[in-house]
Amino acid sequence: MTAKLWRTPLDAADIEVTRGVVHIVEERCKGCGYCIAFCPREVLELGAHYNAKGYHPPIAKRMEACVNCHYCEIICPDFAIFSVAAQS
Amino acid sequence: MKAQPADHPLNGLLRTERIPHIWCPGCGIGTAFSACLTALLNSGMDLTKTAMVSGIGCSGRAAGYVKLDSYHTTHGRAIPFATGMKLAKPELNLVVFSGDGDLFAIGGNHFIHGARRNVDLTVVCVNNFNYGMTGGQAAATTPTYAKTTTTPLGNPDTPFNLPLLAYAAGATFVARWTILHNRDLTRCLEEALAHRGFSFVEVLAPCPTGYGRRNREKPLDALHLYQEHAVIRNGASPIEVELDPKRAITLGTFVQIQRATCIDMYDKVCRPAVAL
Ligand code: SF4
Ligand code: SF4
Ligand code: SF4
Repeated sequence: MTAKLWRTPLDAADIEVTRGVVHIVEERCKGCGYCIAFCPREVLELGAHYNAKGYHPPIAKRMEACVNCHYCEIICPDFAIFSVAAQS
Repeated sequence: MKAQPADHPLNGLLRTERIPHIWCPGCGIGTAFSACLTALLNSGMDLTKTAMVSGIGCSGRAAGYVKLDSYHTTHGRAIPFATGMKLAKPELNLVVFSGDGDLFAIGGNHFIHGARRNVDLTVVCVNNFNYGMTGGQAAATTPTYAKTTTTPLGNPDTPFNLPLLAYAAGATFVARWTILHNRDLTRCLEEALAHRGFSFVEVLAPCPTGYGRRNREKPLDALHLYQEHAVIRNGASPIEVELDPKRAITLGTFVQIQRATCIDMYDKVCRPAVAL
């Protein structure tokens, strides 16, 4: 985890950071890029591959950074991405 | 740590066989619709007694994607159809989900009278500043100076301030959010659903194909405009929330009041024995 903090919280070692796994439903994606632009942890980037409709779905290039905040899921207009808690 | 193959959490409320939906890449309607479905799930309402009613236009397609009882009505007439359903079956929860063209141009008169009577409906208006489906013509909500197919030199007219219109007509819950302010929007929709009376939520959403293309606004630019210019002022007077998309986008819940609903008054005046 490489959070940008101006000072390390005193209890940083005790706090468990929530982690997530992001799922991409490729055939629904229309490549708008909203999830990529607004993910607070820069987990996603545009994939080079195409889906059946000719769009580029995102890929999770830094899955380990995902904090399961669900923002990609709620900003997506196409029901094409969602996050779940990672099993530790 | 590989998670089980999971389903999208809203699949249960979607007619998944019709997804991918028809909306263009980056169209904000899908996000507004998704927030509405999440609010319905969170509301705790009996969804077997909940119906979604839409008019015509891109936003109107929502009624065809929700896996609830739904009604895709004629142009501008979602509110009268929903009013009829409410009067016939007062136990129904009715959500009208439609666009600005449908609700405020051809359906403008229905809107004001639904609000005046305080019919117990939740009206969600996706406002994308133009008629998307028919090719990007100017609407009653198009900002002054904005370009559309029917205003190539810029729109000379003044758009409606929708929250003020709703309040003046008698709506008892009035709010505005954007698709970017998704969590606030969802919470607000939950409150609107719980509100007894006519509730109105305006949701600003980009239409990249109709409006964006002619105003040099890519889908992401629209969201960045929301981010830059949003000012959250819950309780602001609707008179002060005029939209100026490039300068001030006032968001929040502006009105939340109680008064007798259409059915309350009908029972009191026309069926006094029943009301007792
Ligand atoms: S859940 Fe949050 S952190 Fe994880 S990918 Fe989505 S937006 Fe990024
Ligand atoms: S927000 Fe949805 S449709 Fe847009 S790129 Fe991401 S997954 Fe695809
Ligand atoms: S025309 Fe505009 S409103 Fe209609 S689906 Fe396309 S982007 Fe959305």
